[in-house]
Amino acid sequence: MEKIFQKLSLASATVVFVILLGIFLTLLSSSKLAINEFGFDFITNADWNKEVIIESSQTVSDDTSIADDDIDDEEIADEDEMLFDDEDDEDSAITKTVYGGLVPIVGTILTTLIALTFALPIAMGIAVFLAEIAPKNISNIVGIAIELLAAIPSIIFGMWGLYYFAPIVANLVGGYQVSLLTAGLVLGVMILPFMAAITRDSMNTTPGVLKESAYALGATKFEVIKDIIFPFSKTGIIGSIILALGRALGETMAVAFLIGSIFVLPTAINSPTISIPVAMANNFGEASGLGESALFYLALILFIISFGVISIAKFYFLKKAK
Amino acid sequence: MSRLLINKIFLALSVLSAVIGLSFLAWILITLFIKGLGSFHFGLFLNDLIDGGLRNLIIGQFILAGLASAIGIPLGMTAGIYIQEYGRGRYAEIIRDLSDIMMSAPSIVIGAFVYAVIVVPTGGTSGFAGAIALAIMMIPVVINTTDNMLSLVPKELREAGIALGASKYRVILDIVIKAAKVGIMTGILLAFARIIGETAPLLFTSETSNYFSLDLTESFPSLTVSIYDLANEPEESSRDLAWAASFILTVLVLIINLTGRFFTRQKD
Repeated sequence: MEKIFQKLSLASATVVFVILLGIFLTLLSSSKLAINEFGFDFITNADWNKEVIIESSQTVSDDTSIADDDIDDEEIADEDEMLFDDEDDEDSAITKTVYGGLVPIVGTILTTLIALTFALPIAMGIAVFLAEIAPKNISNIVGIAIELLAAIPSIIFGMWGLYYFAPIVANLVGGYQVSLLTAGLVLGVMILPFMAAITRDSMNTTPGVLKESAYALGATKFEVIKDIIFPFSKTGIIGSIILALGRALGETMAVAFLIGSIFVLPTAINSPTISIPVAMANNFGEASGLGESALFYLALILFIISFGVISIAKFYFLKKAK
Repeated sequence: MSRLLINKIFLALSVLSAVIGLSFLAWILITLFIKGLGSFHFGLFLNDLIDGGLRNLIIGQFILAGLASAIGIPLGMTAGIYIQEYGRGRYAEIIRDLSDIMMSAPSIVIGAFVYAVIVVPTGGTSGFAGAIALAIMMIPVVINTTDNMLSLVPKELREAGIALGASKYRVILDIVIKAAKVGIMTGILLAFARIIGETAPLLFTSETSNYFSLDLTESFPSLTVSIYDLANEPEESSRDLAWAASFILTVLVLIINLTGRFFTRQKD
């Protein structure tokens, strides 16, 4: 019995490993079609689902070089012929559909950066408030409230963001209600509580003796926080920021309501675009063949990026903080 | 003087941040109450979506999350027990790290994974596929909780059990788990609250259905997926229904979440 239980628990633990490896291998094999077709150019190509003519009329350059030496009449005739040829080509041209991931990749990175820029100062302020300023009972209540904000399902953030938050932002900044900016800001509100909670926890690890010695020397609260607590919990705080960044990269539903979902590179901060999770959420159902494979390719890229980001946070910063 | 002024400004900014954070929570909750209660009526619990109600969706969402828990809780707990009680050296460490990474894996990617390994081979979306996607989201959270809570149980308790001649698994099940029960239950409730509000992993695994269904081999009614569909429809009535559904979902999630926290508080 002892042996059985031990084996069983080992098997359960191994499930984690199997699932993660399974996700990677499945994404890899499902995106094989797109990887073979587009290679790494996928990352730099901004066209999504675009018909491209493969066989261009190679005769054009030859014709014109010869035409230079010929008399005018023939040149005109040639051009007529060329026009004709071109039209024929258009009709019977072999086209292929091209998929490129640049737009959703850029959209994902930019919304995440906007979210981080917005959430970072507020989250730090909240963490300082909870850890150092508020009396214990107020800190507890506010702490729970902030954690409740983190518990609200992301689809609720999306609806609230689209109908109530985005109109206000669009009024202030101009531009569309669905845009990089509004999506990034709502994403920022979502990662805010997460970031604040971990930052507070790492600030709380600062030994009381250190703080008390600084206060005894006449330091103000600001100086204690700046010169004692921040340096002490720095790695933990950076770790929490990167972890929040990892969360923001993969967030789907809130962004789906707000980003506009068009495969166009954003020209300004208030123009609509698309992110990787949203591209998957909106197009996966109808996609098949190469299109579906391209979506899996995007999923693979997202998985690798977030795996990398979270690993850095875990192994480098949060391990050190312990 | 200026030192004190800087200090004051800094403290004021910090309080302001807390106020901003709380305002967002209040803003979202007030919006939900006004919009949700405006279109809320008890008929929503009696009719299915096809007749303008939410009954099938709420029941469906609970079945999906419940089934995910039935898979995720035992798996996660035994894995957590392995890491904390049996694991020696590198392997347990690696599993712990991988589980932490899995916890932050994009939920839509998990949906795509389940789509490729279950939906495609079985020929279509199903309640099973949705439940498995949610279970994958839940497992690392349960592992993390079990791992943390077991680590808080004093070593002496285990030694006392062993000294009485109990085998190790008896000590774990009868003594260690019992001692960590409240903490683990809190963690599980929080994990349940998290997965019941998930949308992205269900989009192309369970999808949703307008009809009442208990057949897990077919597309399965999901409250969250239907909220997404309804909110994107042009008719005002659909969007009102989406708000009512969002209100119900949020109230459910917050009640489950607060219940979990209440348990921990009682223990303290």
